[in-house]
Amino acid sequence: MNLLEIANLHVSVGDRPILRGIDLEVPSGEMHVIMGPNGSGKSTLVQTLAGSEAYTVQQGQVRFAGENLLGLKPEERAHRGLFLAFQYPVEIPGLGNALFLRTIVNAVRKTRGLPEWDALDFLSRSRAELEQMGMKPELLERAVNQGFSGGEKKRNEILQLRLLEPRLALLDETDSGLDIDALRTVAQGIESMRDAHRSFLLVTHYQRLLDHLRPDRIHVLANGQIVQSGDADLARMLEKRGYDWLLQEQRA
Amino acid sequence: MSTESQNLESLIQRNYTAGFVTDIEQETFPPGLDETMIQRLSAIKQEPDFMKEWRLAAFRGWQRMKEPHWSIARYDPIDYQGFSYYSSPKSRSSVGSLEDIDPKLLETYEKLGIPLHERAALAGVAVDAVFDSVSVATTFRETLAKAGVVFCPISEAIRNYPELVRAYLGSVVPPGDNFFAALNSAVFTDGSFVYVPKGVRCPLELSTYFRINAAKTGQFERTLIIADEGATVSYLEGCTAPMRDENQLHAAVVELVALKDAEIRYATVQNWYPGNERGEGGIYNFVTKRGECRGDRSHISWVQVETGSAITWKYPSCVLRGDDSVGEFYSIAVARNYQQADTGTKMIHLGRRTRSTILSKGISAGHGHNAYRGLVRMGSTAQTAHNYTQCDSLLIGSAARADTFPVIEVENASARAEHEATTSKISADQLFYCRQRGLTEEEATGLIVNGFCRDVLLKLPLEFAVEAQKLLSVTLEGAVG
Ligand SMILES: Nc1ncnc2c1ncn2[C@@H]1O[C@H](COP(=O)(O)OP(=O)(O)OP(=O)(O)O)[C@@H](O)[C@H]1O
Ligand SMILES: [Mg+2]
Repeated sequence: MNLLEIANLHVSVGDRPILRGIDLEVPSGEMHVIMGPNGSGKSTLVQTLAGSEAYTVQQGQVRFAGENLLGLKPEERAHRGLFLAFQYPVEIPGLGNALFLRTIVNAVRKTRGLPEWDALDFLSRSRAELEQMGMKPELLERAVNQGFSGGEKKRNEILQLRLLEPRLALLDETDSGLDIDALRTVAQGIESMRDAHRSFLLVTHYQRLLDHLRPDRIHVLANGQIVQSGDADLARMLEKRGYDWLLQEQRA
Repeated sequence: MSTESQNLESLIQRNYTAGFVTDIEQETFPPGLDETMIQRLSAIKQEPDFMKEWRLAAFRGWQRMKEPHWSIARYDPIDYQGFSYYSSPKSRSSVGSLEDIDPKLLETYEKLGIPLHERAALAGVAVDAVFDSVSVATTFRETLAKAGVVFCPISEAIRNYPELVRAYLGSVVPPGDNFFAALNSAVFTDGSFVYVPKGVRCPLELSTYFRINAAKTGQFERTLIIADEGATVSYLEGCTAPMRDENQLHAAVVELVALKDAEIRYATVQNWYPGNERGEGGIYNFVTKRGECRGDRSHISWVQVETGSAITWKYPSCVLRGDDSVGEFYSIAVARNYQQADTGTKMIHLGRRTRSTILSKGISAGHGHNAYRGLVRMGSTAQTAHNYTQCDSLLIGSAARADTFPVIEVENASARAEHEATTSKISADQLFYCRQRGLTEEEATGLIVNGFCRDVLLKLPLEFAVEAQKLLSVTLEGAVG
């Protein structure tokens, strides 16, 4: 069964068309990857799926677990199990990370009919996850993402992914800015979340994250359209040859 | 982006849960302000002659003064003859005996979350409840008396401790200090009096809860807190009023005196009725609060959370007279709808090595206008004194305004004053980030505002910090558009 179904999606920023007819299906339990040149519309796609008001849907449909996704508010999408790890995680000055994490976990658990975590539940769960993500405990006491290094921000995103346990995780360049060890930690953090009911849509520029993850499908986004789809070998080919040959093939 | 900002606008609507009226028979003076009225007031309160003369002198001074208009607040001229200057529940029995208190009054405070019966009361907090012009109950008097602490309505202190009152009343805020202080000195009705003797650490948090109920009545309370040498006391005031269409006047004076090695912490959670979303009604809050660190190594700290009132005009200040004395001011002020908040502090450094800290967080939403106004003065005797000031403003929506007016005067070259200021907005990115994690726009706003205020919230006593956080959330939440 498809968890996510995108049909003929057109999206613009102001008057400027960015996505020009995207068709994409992600079955339950699969991991799909979006690659493509800078500015091709990858972040636009995942931000639109998460409900960002910066983007306007001009045409097309998106179904999430059979439901019309585009009619839902961002928080309703989150409640139904959609999660976006941001390419540029946002800083919230003064707001303690621990308070933030506990608030969002309980907001989501409540809508799923699960018991809320009290301070102790939260402490034990978050400590374990923090360790798994190789994060310093003090990052819980600091303000959300404020003054975090690039790598710490990305790990904090995956920490949230792990605490929120979504059905669909959209990961926008979670691998960029990570050192070699961090890349392995983050990859493990993602890999251990995979199961038959959870799907992933990963945006990346590099093969190195994929080496750890064995994705099911690779899609190439260029000029707002998916120009090629294939299995994991496609990513390796792109790593060697870049995008030019693909785009030339397109034009031909 | 326009839908985003519309949503934000609608966030700022709120329910004012303290807006009910207590239906109770009251004895109320007819409107009007003259010497006869003041004499009558003084007589009702059975005041000694010195007090009556003090009031009359203040009144004569006031008549020669002009209403100040240098703040950001814009309002129609106030008709001082149009207010009643005294209103008291008729059934009020002798203060202190909770057993005979009118059940309607108990119910009122219960509804406001301030149970007055000691077994139901907040643990560790003694409350003085002021209803319009009079104190109706003071809890935990015996516990306090055992420690030697005097905590009672000021009208009672005037009768029972006239020497203390005479020595200290007006010694920090003289009657002629400013227009509203002069008016208050002439007509003040009730308020709290605290005296903590030498070396005593007050065993309870003290708190006064001010409630304006009667229509067209001014509330003029007067609070005097004295911490004798080495004494320590922590005090909290809370305020609410019913929703009424006309503006009501509240002009209070608070004086704090800290002698050698004494410490006073004074916290305010001010939630007077702010008026409706069209800017009609609400309390005019013109308040003079000042503390004097009179002795060496004394310490005064002001913490305020100001969410109410149509107009706030308030500058809790410290005069740092003793060597090595310390003054602090921590403030959160919210202005939403058409609220106007002009607030800040003065730190007057006179003693050597005196230190002060100012941390001000202003939040403006809707058409709210928030101004920080501060004065740091390093007197010529303030050898190596130091001040640190930080003023942060947060704007919500496009029609909100924030200003800061910091003034620094340095007359001693060894003294230092540092000032930092920031202005920020709740960004669409921050809101979206929180909403993507499952929070509604309201919840997200509340959380971001709490983050913005965190440094100040941490300065409140724990029980009140939780209360203040709730109040902030209620203030900024409402129907989502
Ligand atoms: N909020 C915005 N305002 C204006 N232009 C935007 C906005 N968001 C995206 N764009 C434009 O849309 C195009 C696609 O941007 P997008 O961020 O989706 O690219 P991307 O594929 O994620 O690129 P990268 O690999 O660099 O992250 C770019 O030309 C970008 O400048
Ligand atoms: Mg991108």
